[in-house]
Amino acid sequence: MGSQGGFGQSKEFLDLIKSIGEARSKAEEDRIVLHEIETLKRRITEPDIPKRKMKEYIIRLVYVEMLGHDASFGYIHAVKMTHDDNIHLKRTGYLAVTLFLNEDHDLIILIVNTIQKDLKSDNYLVVCAALNVVCKLINEETIPAVLPQVVELLGHQKEAVRKKAVMALHRFYQRAPSSVNHLISNFRKKLCDNDPGVMGATLCPLYDLITIDVNAYKDLVASFASILKQVAERRLPKSYDYHQMPAPFIQIKLLKILALLGSGDKKASEQMYTIIGDIMRKCDSTSNIGNAVLYECICCISSMHPNPKLLESAADAIAKFLKSDSHNLKYLGIDALGRLIKLSPEIAEQHQLAVIDCLEDPDDTLKRKTFELLYKMTKSSNVEVIVDRMIDYMININDSHYKTEIASRCVELAEQFAPSNQWFIQTMNRVFEHAGDLVNPKVAHNLMRLIAEGFGEEDDTADSQLRSSAVESYLRIVVEPKLPSTFLQVICWVLGEYGTADGKYSASYITGKLCDVAEAYSTDDTVKAYAISALMKIYSFEIAAGRKVDVLPECQSFIEELLASHSTDLQQRAYELQAILGLDANVATNIMPMDASCEDIEIDRSLSFVNSYVQQSIEKGAQPYIPESERSGMTDVSSFRSQELHEVSSHALRFEAYELPKPVMPSRVSPIEQSSSNELVPAPEPSYHAEMHQVASSVPSVSDTGSLELKLKLDGVQRKWGRPTYSSAAPSTSNADIPKIQNGAPQLDAVSSSSSKAVSYDSRRQQVEISAEKQKLAASLFGGTSKSHKRQSSGSQKVPKTNIPAAEKSHVAKNATSDTAVLERTPQPPPDLLDLDESTVSSSAQSLDPFKQLEGLLDLNQDTSTLTTSDASASGAPDVMSLYGETTLNVQSGGVPNLLPAGRDEANLLSGLAGTPNRDGHGENTVTNPTQQLNKGPNAKESLEKDALVRQLGVTPTGQNPNLFRDLLG
Amino acid sequence: MFDNRYVTEKNNLDLVLSKKYKMLKSIGGGRRSITGIPSPKIDTIMIHFVLLISRQGKVRLTKWYSPYSQKERTKVIRELSGLILTRGPKLCNFVEWRGYKVVYKRYASLYFCMCIDEEDNELEVLEIIHHFVEILDRYFGSVCELDLIFNFHKAYYILDELLIAGELQESSKKTVARLIAAQDALVEAAKEQASSLSTIIAQATK
Repeated sequence: MGSQGGFGQSKEFLDLIKSIGEARSKAEEDRIVLHEIETLKRRITEPDIPKRKMKEYIIRLVYVEMLGHDASFGYIHAVKMTHDDNIHLKRTGYLAVTLFLNEDHDLIILIVNTIQKDLKSDNYLVVCAALNVVCKLINEETIPAVLPQVVELLGHQKEAVRKKAVMALHRFYQRAPSSVNHLISNFRKKLCDNDPGVMGATLCPLYDLITIDVNAYKDLVASFASILKQVAERRLPKSYDYHQMPAPFIQIKLLKILALLGSGDKKASEQMYTIIGDIMRKCDSTSNIGNAVLYECICCISSMHPNPKLLESAADAIAKFLKSDSHNLKYLGIDALGRLIKLSPEIAEQHQLAVIDCLEDPDDTLKRKTFELLYKMTKSSNVEVIVDRMIDYMININDSHYKTEIASRCVELAEQFAPSNQWFIQTMNRVFEHAGDLVNPKVAHNLMRLIAEGFGEEDDTADSQLRSSAVESYLRIVVEPKLPSTFLQVICWVLGEYGTADGKYSASYITGKLCDVAEAYSTDDTVKAYAISALMKIYSFEIAAGRKVDVLPECQSFIEELLASHSTDLQQRAYELQAILGLDANVATNIMPMDASCEDIEIDRSLSFVNSYVQQSIEKGAQPYIPESERSGMTDVSSFRSQELHEVSSHALRFEAYELPKPVMPSRVSPIEQSSSNELVPAPEPSYHAEMHQVASSVPSVSDTGSLELKLKLDGVQRKWGRPTYSSAAPSTSNADIPKIQNGAPQLDAVSSSSSKAVSYDSRRQQVEISAEKQKLAASLFGGTSKSHKRQSSGSQKVPKTNIPAAEKSHVAKNATSDTAVLERTPQPPPDLLDLDESTVSSSAQSLDPFKQLEGLLDLNQDTSTLTTSDASASGAPDVMSLYGETTLNVQSGGVPNLLPAGRDEANLLSGLAGTPNRDGHGENTVTNPTQQLNKGPNAKESLEKDALVRQLGVTPTGQNPNLFRDLLG
Repeated sequence: MFDNRYVTEKNNLDLVLSKKYKMLKSIGGGRRSITGIPSPKIDTIMIHFVLLISRQGKVRLTKWYSPYSQKERTKVIRELSGLILTRGPKLCNFVEWRGYKVVYKRYASLYFCMCIDEEDNELEVLEIIHHFVEILDRYFGSVCELDLIFNFHKAYYILDELLIAGELQESSKKTVARLIAAQDALVEAAKEQASSLSTIIAQATK
């Protein structure tokens, strides 16, 4: 470690770190750092800074940048430092630039030269340092500058260099595939490298390449399988073992590659079956890493051509994961289940209770994963339960990113599997109510369309029932505060179209509600537009029905407000409404036909109906109409883009004179129409009115140009809502479903209570009752497959009765055992040494002898430290150094054997270290053997010294816990 | 009049957008994110960043393998420390975050976090973290937070030997330890040289 290790920095730097450690708030920390930046700015520009000093400045800059502040003023100095011949300084410079700069930074050009030089260096460490920088900073433009050298380094005698060269080439490939396409064969070659490290590194680029083009690498299947076999048979050097597993990281990478290669390829998959089976058998499922490999095996099995035997062992592994107490394993189990469920849907049913436990787990991560699983296994038989649960969960999410995702999933599932329109509308209402601003507006249009089109059959009564129930639900919801805009639009539209349709509600009641909405959301122009259009519809329906229209005072004031609105769209709608109010019943029916939002509207594009008016005008001396294209010499007028392009291109001086203004230029038809509409009214022109109705009922902001695009965009909906999903069959299944679940419930209760008697633990009765509820849920979630099949055939209630208890019994037994396990475990969680709290640490420290002995030492140290600090705080730093001097000595004596390659001591140490992690899993009650105590002795002392230091510096956050990695200490 | 303004506004917006697009093109890849935090997944970087934060939310080490601006980094750290530090001890070591997954592990008062893609093997990454900690422990000799606070640059060197460009480059503890030791030895030699000879020469030539 040397003198540079430890706290070998200047007092100034130590003080900085210390004061930041003591900072109570982020603001204070920021102030300190800003002050430091000022200092550094000043210092770094001073002339003739000693190099050693400069190095420290650079490290301080790194520190500042790490804390989230801008240190860009010093980048250039870091770059300069890379040019230094001293490797010590060069490395610092390189480190700093990799941390400071992104691959697109301008300063990189200044480093490329140095990198080129360093790649040729005799010293392999310099080459390594340069390659590290290459991986981080070389961009598409600079790749050619270093590429030849990097390729050359693939054959370097040092394996460390070869490895990094492979990674650098990989990086180049990721950045700019075209630049290294001709070198890809090198990766294949490097797979056969003598050094396992290089081979392991080569797997990274190969994985990428295979992801992109599987077929080009099918020939390597056998090689990968044999490499995996050798790894699993411990053919690699011992040093690659990790927690007693042979090179697990390489195994995982290989499994990932095999998964890609085996996907949908029977022949390739067959070559892998044996080895994957072997690995799964050998995996040590008590360690984390063993489970990681196991999980990767499952992923591989689920991706390749299915093999029943492997699927079975994968299912066993999943069962183990799900039964585990570790949340991590449960999480992986759920994930693996989601992967395997595509291949064998029945597997989920075995684990239904475990899945439901996860669903109710307080851990949010686990819950989300479980919802993902549910999403994958949704069918028309369980969609109601799942979507219901999802929405319940969605309501309480704060994270908008995830909320959006789950809302769109709810919508997707509801659209795909909805058992009835009624349910669909209710579900959509809930989604809109709670996440309205997050869902795609298209969903709102789908909903409106559904309500308008109804079942798409001849069954009109059902349609009107649906509508009136929708109206009712909206009238209920609309009084709630803070509804999302999209939802309000839907509400307004539905109330306008169908509010008075069934005669249950009077027009004044609905219009009052609509005015309330417009008033409550007066900042939202879109909602206001929807509201006034709805008013217009209701009034014209009233007129059409021959009733007298009485405009409520608040409606009147609302209309008046909009008449003076800044938005032309709102204004236009208001004027139109006013115009309609003065019409007779006949005209009103034509303008606003009842329930015609889905009717096709014919638009007379030739505008034949204005012919007589035009004729009249021409006779009176008006100029005939010249098409706009002829007037301006352009071909396409309709699009803004071309017009604007024209304007842009004609920024130069214009030499022709401006055209004379033309008094009447009926270029755009509708504005003129609308302005003259009052005169025109007496003659009822069907197509014009139809168009106007269209304008009013469709999305606002579309005013005059796109009369052709006025229809609601509903493409693609028809497919989702095609007949097979919801016509005739759907309602009947849902009807059959509900009683069945209800019937299942008492049945379940009976079985479970009887089983609890059989086990006869009184204390557990409550547990069993809870689980009965869970089982009910489980039955509704998972029972789907078996039930739905049989329902079609028999449809009687006998099936679930026989079916559920059969599944039941096994689960009750399982459940009971798992419950006891939980009960026993909860009061005393097994201490996990890796994640120790201070309290547990201190207690375990007392139980260990060496610590007790050293406690005296600690006290001593403390005393001295407090003494020195009280004496003079300024002399604190030298004191620190002297203290540290001792530790470094210790460390050196312990560390030196480590540095010697292939020594016997090292082997001992290795085994000692390898032993430690194993104990992590087993908890506290491990016996510390004497050799380990010997090994760890100085470490403990050292750590206590560190503690003293910590106290002295006041940096430590935890105070009582000096040795943070005690788990590794034993 | 109204229409005209609309046109010019739209025009401006288009110009701005196209400028941005061009800028992205010119810097050699559209990977840099403009608005969202995580950069779009064009390549298959396994680990997007490594974070070490203390229980108080203080940053101890950061290493970014995907490009993030300084502003985004601060945001990421703030969000993640809010998410991770509040989690209970018995829960999963994984957090889903903006379509990514963050694997974290607590060692005493220090949280080691790594951000990976949805599809990656979480447990493996958890073990990569542990692997890193074991190497640190071996290097520093029962490492503690203080070691990392004062020697963060050392920790960076070690991390550079373990991960490169977001991929695990070396899974042998021994190899990493040997390389770091060799570097330290070289630095040692260089420093002695520097202190004795070159400084004298440098000063003489000045």
